Amino acid sequence: MTETEGYVTADGRQIGGQLMELKNITLKFGGVTAISDISFDIHEGEIRAIIGPNGAGKSSMLNIISGFYTPTIGELWYKGSKRPAMKPFEIARMGVARTFQNIALFEGMTVLDNVMTGRLTHMNAGIGAQALWYGKARDEEIANREVVEKVIDFLEIQNIRKTPVGRLPYGLKKRVELARALAAEPSILLLDEPMAGMNVEEKEDMSRFILDVNDEFGTTICLIEHDMGVVMDLSDRVVVMDYGKKIGDGPPDEVRNNQDVIDAYLGVPH
Amino acid sequence: MAKLAESTDGLCSVPALLQRNAEKFSDRPAYREKEYGIWQSWTWKEASKEIEALALGLLNLGVNRGDHVAIIGRNRPYLYWSMVAAQMVGAVPVPLYADAVAEEMEYVLSHCGARFVIAADQEQVDKVIDIQEHLHQFEHMLYVDPRGMRKYDHRRLHEFSHVQDQGRAAYDEFIEDLKIRIGELTYDSTCVMLYTSGTTGKPKGVVLSNRNIIASAKASSEFDGLTEKEEILAYLPMAWVGDFIFSLGQAYWAGFCVNCPESAETMKTDLREIAPSYYFAPPAVFEGQLTQIMIRMEDAGNFKKKMFHHYMAHARKVGPDLLEGKPVGMMDRLKYAMGEFMVYGPLKNALGFSNVRVGYTAGEAIGPELFDFYRSLGINLKQLYGQTEATVFITQQPDGEVRSDTVGVPSPGVEIRIEDSGEVFYRSPGTFVEYYNNPESTADTKDAEGWVATGDAGFFEKSSGHLRIIDRIKDVGKMSDGGMFAPKYVENKLKFYPNILEVVVFGAGRDRCTAFVNIDLTAVGNWAERNNIAYASYQELAGHPEVLDTIQSHIEETNISIAQDEMLAGCQIHRFLILHKELDADDGEMTRTRKVRRKIVGEKFDDLVTALYDGSDEIYTETEVTYEDGRKGKITATLQIRDTKVQPVAAKIAAE
Repeated sequence: MTETEGYVTADGRQIGGQLMELKNITLKFGGVTAISDISFDIHEGEIRAIIGPNGAGKSSMLNIISGFYTPTIGELWYKGSKRPAMKPFEIARMGVARTFQNIALFEGMTVLDNVMTGRLTHMNAGIGAQALWYGKARDEEIANREVVEKVIDFLEIQNIRKTPVGRLPYGLKKRVELARALAAEPSILLLDEPMAGMNVEEKEDMSRFILDVNDEFGTTICLIEHDMGVVMDLSDRVVVMDYGKKIGDGPPDEVRNNQDVIDAYLGVPH
Repeated sequence: MAKLAESTDGLCSVPALLQRNAEKFSDRPAYREKEYGIWQSWTWKEASKEIEALALGLLNLGVNRGDHVAIIGRNRPYLYWSMVAAQMVGAVPVPLYADAVAEEMEYVLSHCGARFVIAADQEQVDKVIDIQEHLHQFEHMLYVDPRGMRKYDHRRLHEFSHVQDQGRAAYDEFIEDLKIRIGELTYDSTCVMLYTSGTTGKPKGVVLSNRNIIASAKASSEFDGLTEKEEILAYLPMAWVGDFIFSLGQAYWAGFCVNCPESAETMKTDLREIAPSYYFAPPAVFEGQLTQIMIRMEDAGNFKKKMFHHYMAHARKVGPDLLEGKPVGMMDRLKYAMGEFMVYGPLKNALGFSNVRVGYTAGEAIGPELFDFYRSLGINLKQLYGQTEATVFITQQPDGEVRSDTVGVPSPGVEIRIEDSGEVFYRSPGTFVEYYNNPESTADTKDAEGWVATGDAGFFEKSSGHLRIIDRIKDVGKMSDGGMFAPKYVENKLKFYPNILEVVVFGAGRDRCTAFVNIDLTAVGNWAERNNIAYASYQELAGHPEVLDTIQSHIEETNISIAQDEMLAGCQIHRFLILHKELDADDGEMTRTRKVRRKIVGEKFDDLVTALYDGSDEIYTETEVTYEDGRKGKITATLQIRDTKVQPVAAKIAAE
């Protein structure tokens, strides 16, 4: 494949070359076509948003990227090579981490333990050593804990480190989920509706953290979001989907003025 | 004014103390901070190296003698080091309140003409950048936490650790100059400049010398026998004189360890982990903790609840006596030991008070119940009275002479004088040098002989020799018979009852005192619920006869305690009414910080005040109220006025 050049964003940030490219993706469930013939790419270091009305196929798209679904037709290129069909954990090892639309944390475990699970792909010690907390297992856990503590510090959740997740309010659970994804030190971070159900203040906090993550670690972020204000402020480029088709792609300002997008969101007289 | 003895052993500055500690306590911990989930620590030797590197870095940046270096942020070892490093190079550290908004900072930064700012993080840096155009002398800023700072213009910005690195690299070039500058520091050079909070007018910069800090730290450390083994948690604002004296003055004098919490939210967990041996908190913190305990006990199981109340009752009976070493019977001692095992010990552990040897509270009046609760658990909680201008200490309570209604005896080296007006004056080695660039205010506060006016009215109790603070002098008035009228003193006593939210006492220039009362809707509402009393509004509950009875009994109890004060016996409340609305900042009756505006309340409810004095039993009144959305409305009510039992005054005096 040809390595495309990076670009410079409106606020002057240099974005790297292509990290992932989706070519002519079609996804069918039996007779239902969830996604039909969509192509787009994600560049290194950018914040890429996928938007669209309900049922447009956004979450399916994210599931394809994270490897949960395999596209019926089409290819997914990642870091310069075509990605074969893989198990989700194999894809996670390749540096893809995600959060879920409906929070998927271990409710009975503490925040710290939950975030530690994000490091599982970085642990190689055998079950015996783990059980005895001996040798390699011990060294690994100490190293991993350090990474986790830095994430906890970064997301300012030190005060709930030892709190069981089940006792936390919704907005904080979302932040813990982000922490778990970040702990994996991903090269691409997928966020499925990170602000759904949040109040204005929580949204502001979350937006700030997303920008900070992108800024501090240079993590590429692909997110699905309904709040237009948030999407337009955060993202560098936006893909717009409707009924499984791509109807727009480009910087937020361009997409905002695209007639197809306006029609999809506001409806058109038939 | 008599010159006090010069410092011993040449320990006449904080950097000199640091040098001593680095040798004497070299491997003992000096600082700890929880970061990344672990307590990171620095020994005195390590800390002195870090501070030296920073001082060299500051020289490299061109800090001059006499420059002001502003320090902004929450309590972190790096910022304490910054203060000492600034002193080393002959500059004056000026800690600022981290939660101040940019405009407040602008006033302070331009008033002291700070050339250098050391800020904790991006938030503080942003505030200073916002106002830097107005600061003519400002040149360089250092920041500790590099998060989010990568893209800033670094022409005038420097990362803390880089400045240290540069200092280490330039060691040979600057070390001689640094040694000379440290050597120049005397007992009279400025140690720190602290801005008063400025409740009245603009903040004033209080200049404190090494003499002030070291003499106060020495005297107070000896007073409580502080050693290098103490542990404290530094969590109160760095700009406040108390934190400076506890976390820097006393810590350097005695050589103990200062622990910094991970963040403001983790303070409680960190307190438990550190279990300080020396602790300071304003009454509000103790009150918050007690409320938390009580709420959690309400939710506890029946057995635990019963055990808690049973042993707490016993603790209240014998705890304070045990603490003060008074004789207590064998059975009571055994029962207390059992309670320690079952209740007090675990409770203190949960609060982080297991090792507290000396605890202080100050700032506001503390309720006797609250005070006794902590003391009955065996926590040596004491009161002190002080202010920035005195380098904290004016009076404090010695072990074994602790009471909730006095503030103790004069601290070592402090002289106290009470003027005829009742105002308290003091003179001590801690007395401040001056207000920076403000000779008029300095002259107003401190006279040529070094006596400083506190602005508080008080008196010495004859029986114990302890000082009692009554009120701010400007609030204290005279009654028509010439007796002292101290409304806040009476109001505070009444406000300690959970049922009473606010009280406004009248009586200046009158023959007797009367009061408006606001009931506490949560507490009284709770009582009403338990007793099946239905009510629809504050007004209805406030007018309930049983509520009036309860409040009347509270006032009568208070009258008894006031009558025991020969100077204030005239302030007993003769009549009262319960207001038909809660005093509210929206109606201008209170300030935004919930302090009653006595004068405005008096004018607004003029008809009610008249009724309190004309002997009528009830009064009809109409009041305009402002709703939260700004609409105005009117409420009407008929209020009952009750007479209360008053203790005879003359008899008491005759008996003495």
